[in-house]
Amino acid sequence: MIEREQVLYVAKLARLKFSDEEIERLAPELSKILEYVEQMNRLGLEGVEPTSHVVKLENVLREDVPRPCLPKERALEQAPDPADGGFRVPSPGQT
Amino acid sequence: MSELLEMTAAQQAELVRAGEVSPAEVFEFWRGRAAGDELGAYLWVADEPPAELGELPPFAAKDLFCVEGVPSSAGSRILEGYRPPYTATSVRNLQAAGAAVLGKTNQDEFAMGSSNENSGYRPVQNPWDRTRVPGGSSGGSAAAVAAGNAPWAIGTDTGGSIRQPASLCGIVGMKPTYGAVSRYGMIAFASSLDQCGPLTRDVTDAALMLRNLQGRDPCDSTSLGIPGEIPLPSAERLDGLRFGVWGLDEEGLEAGVADVVRDTLAKIEELGGAVEPVEMPNAGLGLSAYYVIAPAEASANLARYDGVRYGLRSGNGDLTEMYEQTRHDGFGDEVKRRIMIGTYALSSGYYEAYYGKAQKVRTRIVEDFRAAFEKVDFLVTPTSPTVAFKLGERTADPVAMYLSDYFTVPMPLAGTPAISIPAGLSEGLPVGFQIAGPAFSEAGILDAAYALERAIGFEGVPVAT
Repeated sequence: MIEREQVLYVAKLARLKFSDEEIERLAPELSKILEYVEQMNRLGLEGVEPTSHVVKLENVLREDVPRPCLPKERALEQAPDPADGGFRVPSPGQT
Repeated sequence: MSELLEMTAAQQAELVRAGEVSPAEVFEFWRGRAAGDELGAYLWVADEPPAELGELPPFAAKDLFCVEGVPSSAGSRILEGYRPPYTATSVRNLQAAGAAVLGKTNQDEFAMGSSNENSGYRPVQNPWDRTRVPGGSSGGSAAAVAAGNAPWAIGTDTGGSIRQPASLCGIVGMKPTYGAVSRYGMIAFASSLDQCGPLTRDVTDAALMLRNLQGRDPCDSTSLGIPGEIPLPSAERLDGLRFGVWGLDEEGLEAGVADVVRDTLAKIEELGGAVEPVEMPNAGLGLSAYYVIAPAEASANLARYDGVRYGLRSGNGDLTEMYEQTRHDGFGDEVKRRIMIGTYALSSGYYEAYYGKAQKVRTRIVEDFRAAFEKVDFLVTPTSPTVAFKLGERTADPVAMYLSDYFTVPMPLAGTPAISIPAGLSEGLPVGFQIAGPAFSEAGILDAAYALERAIGFEGVPVAT
């Protein structure tokens, strides 16, 4: 069962914020999802290797040849607040 | 030009080759159809053709495919108005083959959903019954093709997002082997599962599209392409092929869906194929592993939406307040739920209990497939446990929504390919039949699906002319 404090803690990690009303709704929803996924506990999994990726990949090196990348102006075109050839953000403030 | 409406993409290409119609006429016909769509299937429709058009008809692309200069928001308000500076490799491959982008289709936000009701913009109606969902997350692509508002479309499948909407809309949908098609330029959901594939009117069109989509791409280091040719399918018989059945006794499977699947199994036998039950002892736990792994990967992938480089920015305080307000205003409820679940599952103290365990369940599911394919050539299942459900029916219960993907989730976890073909009707609504095979068996799956498609003779697409 997920409690209000856990919702607030995880939300902080995820840079999300919720109103009190949203937390009321979210806590039982998340609990129900976690309860469902805990069906995994039915399996004995000792000694089983984890799979993070299904394709067996090996490192390969490409030739180190310079090639054009996205021009700076294009990369900045979609920015909410471009300034001086960069992305301007609010002050980090006191945290 | 209205004869184009009844034709498959392959037939239209034939007509263009024969000089009976010009590529520009084909484009204009479909542009008109797409612009007239009333199902909510499109988020953007092209207003004019590109300078060069080839013989393949235009295609609709799920909104999450980046197309240079074209709105590409992955169905999310956080990317509203975003026009990417580059084009996804899959889209470029189709363009290089002579097909133009017809429009961008509606979807569940960041591909998280099974009904298209999680779109940040509007839901999509199922053309068979407009009070019902088209499935998701590629719901706009499926509805557009089924309704004759696109000749064919591309979507993405992470846990069933191509196959389930194809099933609910009565069309063909294929998820290729992980690595068959480049993921470069696909707005990411869960990177170890996401794969691009075709949504088409028939199996031949799926082969024609996949042939052009696939290929290794230097911009996606996990892409491999499909070894060997993908011929257009031609099999008439299934002699000597073994089909393993999974899932007909599952709780939650509608009786009408099970009936259509049983009829299809009988058709396999009539065509000379052998049908036998196959054990998939861990596949039923696919959903529980999926709903840890996919949200965990999503929580990392969606960290980039922070109001700095593109998309929405909200808030008027310090940097942290800006991040939180932007993500609060830009993400919908389901996306927030999944980010929360994923962040929780990866957080200190819970990692082993959730993410670590889910990765081990994933190994067990890979082993299930390996064992099954030692005995049979193909695994066959219902695609979706139910026909299309009513709009609003499952929105209040996330877990009930997740159960839609029960039969489609194990394949992406194992990285294996699968197709859904329309097999019949239950309560007047389409039922999909799923055929899965080992990694890179696309050509074999397409051939089997083609023989079966001919035997089934599904003709239900309710095209409104």
